[in-house]
Amino acid sequence: MTPPAETAPIFEEAAKREYEYGFITDIDSEFAPKGLNEDIVRFISGKKGEPEWLLEWRLTAYRHWLTMQEPKWAFVNYPNIDFQDAYYYAAPKNDENKPQSLDEVDPKLLETYEKLGIPLAEQAVLAGVAVDAVFDSVSVATTFKEKLTDAGVVFCPISEAVQTHPELVKKYLGTVIPYTDNFYASLNSAVFSDGTFVYVPKGVRCPMELSTYFRINAANTGQFERTLIVADEGSYVSYLEGCTAPMRDENQLHAAVVELIALGDAEIKYSTVQNWYPGDEEGKGGIYNFVTKRGVCRGNNSKISWTQVETGSAVTWKYPSCVLEGDNSVGEFYSVAITNNYQQADTGTKMIHVGKNTKSTIISKGISAGKGQNTYRGLVKALAGADQARNFTQCDSLLIGNECGAHTVPYIEVSNPATQVEHEATTSKISEDQLFYCQQRGLNAEEAVSLIVNGFCKEVLKELPMEFAVEAQKLLGVTLEGSVG
Amino acid sequence: MTLLSVKDLHVSVDGKQILNGINLEIGEGEIHAVMGPNGSGKSTLSYVLSGREGYTVTKGEILFKGENVLEMEPNERAGAGIYLAFQYPVEIPGVSNLTFLKTAVNAVRNARGQEELDAINFLKYAREKGQILEMKDELLKRPVNVGFSGGEKKRNEIFQMAMLEPTLAILDETDSGLDIDALRIVSEGVNKLRSTERSMIVITHYQRLLDHIVPDFVHVLAQGKFVAEGGKELALELEKDGYAKFGIEDGAPQAA
Repeated sequence: MTPPAETAPIFEEAAKREYEYGFITDIDSEFAPKGLNEDIVRFISGKKGEPEWLLEWRLTAYRHWLTMQEPKWAFVNYPNIDFQDAYYYAAPKNDENKPQSLDEVDPKLLETYEKLGIPLAEQAVLAGVAVDAVFDSVSVATTFKEKLTDAGVVFCPISEAVQTHPELVKKYLGTVIPYTDNFYASLNSAVFSDGTFVYVPKGVRCPMELSTYFRINAANTGQFERTLIVADEGSYVSYLEGCTAPMRDENQLHAAVVELIALGDAEIKYSTVQNWYPGDEEGKGGIYNFVTKRGVCRGNNSKISWTQVETGSAVTWKYPSCVLEGDNSVGEFYSVAITNNYQQADTGTKMIHVGKNTKSTIISKGISAGKGQNTYRGLVKALAGADQARNFTQCDSLLIGNECGAHTVPYIEVSNPATQVEHEATTSKISEDQLFYCQQRGLNAEEAVSLIVNGFCKEVLKELPMEFAVEAQKLLGVTLEGSVG
Repeated sequence: MTLLSVKDLHVSVDGKQILNGINLEIGEGEIHAVMGPNGSGKSTLSYVLSGREGYTVTKGEILFKGENVLEMEPNERAGAGIYLAFQYPVEIPGVSNLTFLKTAVNAVRNARGQEELDAINFLKYAREKGQILEMKDELLKRPVNVGFSGGEKKRNEIFQMAMLEPTLAILDETDSGLDIDALRIVSEGVNKLRSTERSMIVITHYQRLLDHIVPDFVHVLAQGKFVAEGGKELALELEKDGYAKFGIEDGAPQAA
């Protein structure tokens, strides 16, 4: 992260401001009983003061979910999840159980923050020290609200958007990922707690990068966020999602849904640095990250670009995808997924070419260390009408050590003879030669691995906005600690 | 003053004895050439000095500036001032030469209690040192050794040496794979880096490198032992008479 020094006071200020709104008390009071049933769905909807249509939508989703089976096709292993043995609403950490000061926070955690170059004030935030629960990106966003409002950009919690822009939410919610889409998306549709809504009006270039850097962390509970981003004709927005807060909970489920809609000539750039708690060295604990992300290039000449750096979570199941409906639309997927210790990642993308002359690029870099298992799973599909569709896919895997695994499962389905699909894949190991070469030049083993891995990921990292790229580089190093020597 | 002192060094690799009692004293500012046929243990000597894994010291000691080198990690040895110019420089895709060197330079500066260089000062420093080796800017920006010609790789090794300012530089067959022009640039670079505070071990097969980099001492290595030692004239004798004079057949299959 390492935001420029001058922004720190802004965060502080924003945090204080949020206090005035009493946001923290709200969170504290919002508890739902354990388990999942229609009453819980009603409870959540009621808490949000949602309109009838949304409650109905949630309930329909819930009833549909009941008919569904948990997907088992991914190359991941985890014990069965008891969906009744979980809280579906809020359940923020009780303030009394929270560390009250940095002294009470696990020193190992602090050490990690130190290495990430996160200033002390922010370390406190990330560790979830009591006062800072308010410290979320929405509050940060409020400092820029005026500028965004002037530009006509809507950037707010989705629960707020339901109240302030119901027509937009109603028009687009679930149109990219319907509540029937898959097991976790259906679950999310029924119980989503909050999330972000972004609308960029026609012809507007969003004047700043939008970010939910702290929000997920601060919410501390929002394991079912739902994000909806609509870029109207000719607009542009770059959105950053950071989940760098290691959660210390045991095998918590995180099932988010992200929908992107790009209308004619619009462009959405969505970047993620995911660092949920991966579990400990023995594979105990960690987040199950079962996320559905999809964007649709609805209009001609539109573009959606996903960039993700996945370093955290015990199990990752995630395929940010693009449906290229508009003619000449472009989809991109740049991914770095890293697994260390007992982490498992099954991740990739789907590029669905519908319109003519559509283009997609997939660059996937998988890094496995320790006993980590890393799978790239991707689909490139060209429908009959997708004349002159083109795809380029490159999947590179890097192995560190002898106990990890890398797997590549590319699916290609082409129904149009004028389609051009390229797939390149490599698997390599960090060689002893490379390690020794770096060490002979003064780098210690960890610095050497970090440097080599960053080089391996360069094509993806360069797609990230500057501040994120710096953070991602450091994260890669931290994630791989202990993987050599 | 003695910079490096190797005493009765025995080294094995995978249980196979490669070095059988090497004794070597190197004073400050001295240049020592180590010559010998393939498989005599030249590269093993360079690796064991720089700390590569897999080389087991079964007997003997190595002292560098009076300290026991064998207890130091490779990066600690680099920090202490030992530099190895590789016979086969390694490629690191995606990492630019400059990024690599900035990390390396600051790592050794840290180890030597010097302040780290910031981006601007580093660049200035790199340009200055780059001139010694006629390094084009483009070479500095390219990924480490990726797509470099043989000559460019070796030149890059000496450039890194200039950047890291070692007190002991080991040049492992730096002349192999070089054409005449590249040999000239590289050896001129090395000569510019000669100083009273920098000693070198020049490992080579051929006298021709020693025409350019004139050594103070020459050691002839065969079957893991120095079989002859002398001044620079010894290299000329070798060139004339071959290793046979020392009872060695060139290319004797004696392991790597």
